[in-house]
Amino acid sequence: MGLLSSSVSIARYRVEGKFESSILESVRNGLTKNIISQIEDEYAEISVGWTPLESEFDPDFEKFSFSFGTYFVFSLRIDKKSVPSKIIKKHVALEVIKKLKETHRDFLSKNEKKDIKDLITEKLMRQMPSTPNTYDVMWDYENATVLFFSTQKAANEELETLFKKSFQLKLIRLFPFTMIENSLTLKDEEKDLAANLASTKLLR
Amino acid sequence: MLDIAVSYNKYKFLGDEFLTWVWYVVENEINIKPMLAMECNTVSLKLGNTIVLENSLGDESSEKITIKGDDAGLEEGTTALRKGAVVTEMNLIFTVDENEWRFSIKGESMNITGLKTPATGNIESQDDIEGAVLEKIELYTIPLQAIDTLFEYFIKKRVSDRWRDIEIPAMREWISL
Repeated sequence: MGLLSSSVSIARYRVEGKFESSILESVRNGLTKNIISQIEDEYAEISVGWTPLESEFDPDFEKFSFSFGTYFVFSLRIDKKSVPSKIIKKHVALEVIKKLKETHRDFLSKNEKKDIKDLITEKLMRQMPSTPNTYDVMWDYENATVLFFSTQKAANEELETLFKKSFQLKLIRLFPFTMIENSLTLKDEEKDLAANLASTKLLR
Repeated sequence: MLDIAVSYNKYKFLGDEFLTWVWYVVENEINIKPMLAMECNTVSLKLGNTIVLENSLGDESSEKITIKGDDAGLEEGTTALRKGAVVTEMNLIFTVDENEWRFSIKGESMNITGLKTPATGNIESQDDIEGAVLEKIELYTIPLQAIDTLFEYFIKKRVSDRWRDIEIPAMREWISL
């Protein structure tokens, strides 16, 4: 689901730190150095990188903008390969039959079956094209906040890792504790009291 | 500074208590305008079509109650509260003047799902994209800021004596009706 969709999911972050040099150039460099690879790596199970909001499959930040008003908006693309377990099972079974015939035996050991399964999985993974998934990112640099348009755990973890690698700035996920910690409205005394709260029992 | 995973788990109860309090506010038609201090004529929060409650039964097991449907009866929910449950997820309808947002919110993560904003203009050409993006960002910011403000209001109340002396008795009276 993207920023412009009719229905979106949002995970929120605070950005720790600021750039020391030009903001626009630092963001541009971070994005262009970590764009999603155009060439599919047949050995990689997963490939992660940035792409412009307007161009999922042409990751060119010279051609497409990442600066919208006072915000930076771009997308995280995750290309992942996965082979359905039933396909692996079928190919392993065929290979086992073939091996039994070749060796005139009645059964294969557990280790032999495991070796066959590993080889088949690796071979199929190489042949399998990866499935792309794109998730939009909205970065309000001035207010040090990021909206990530996915609540999937794996996608959020990839965002946190790539953001740090690209911009050398850390993303802090906002949930009850970090919302309190980062609040500009709550006083220090209130934050300390909140840190020592125990749950309320409505049950008498 | 606590480890992030530890703090997530340790304080997720505050998110669930926040949603439970929000349900109390909504059901008792408590005016949220003074809490939000928004510049508008009218602002309201209503329960949408889903509410999820969880009752921890100790020994790492829990009872989960999901109430779905536009006109679903909520008696089972208040019964669950009486047994010690808290709201873990809810769908809300947030209205500011003539604009309406619908979304679901999870207590432990404060993640927002299924957020629908008021209608926006169609994108007819490449030139419309920047305007559409900025319009959407503004529309996402309004309910997110409202949640932050309500959460901070709740925390201020939660750490004060008012919570024990006024809010808890009032919530107990509500669920016992």
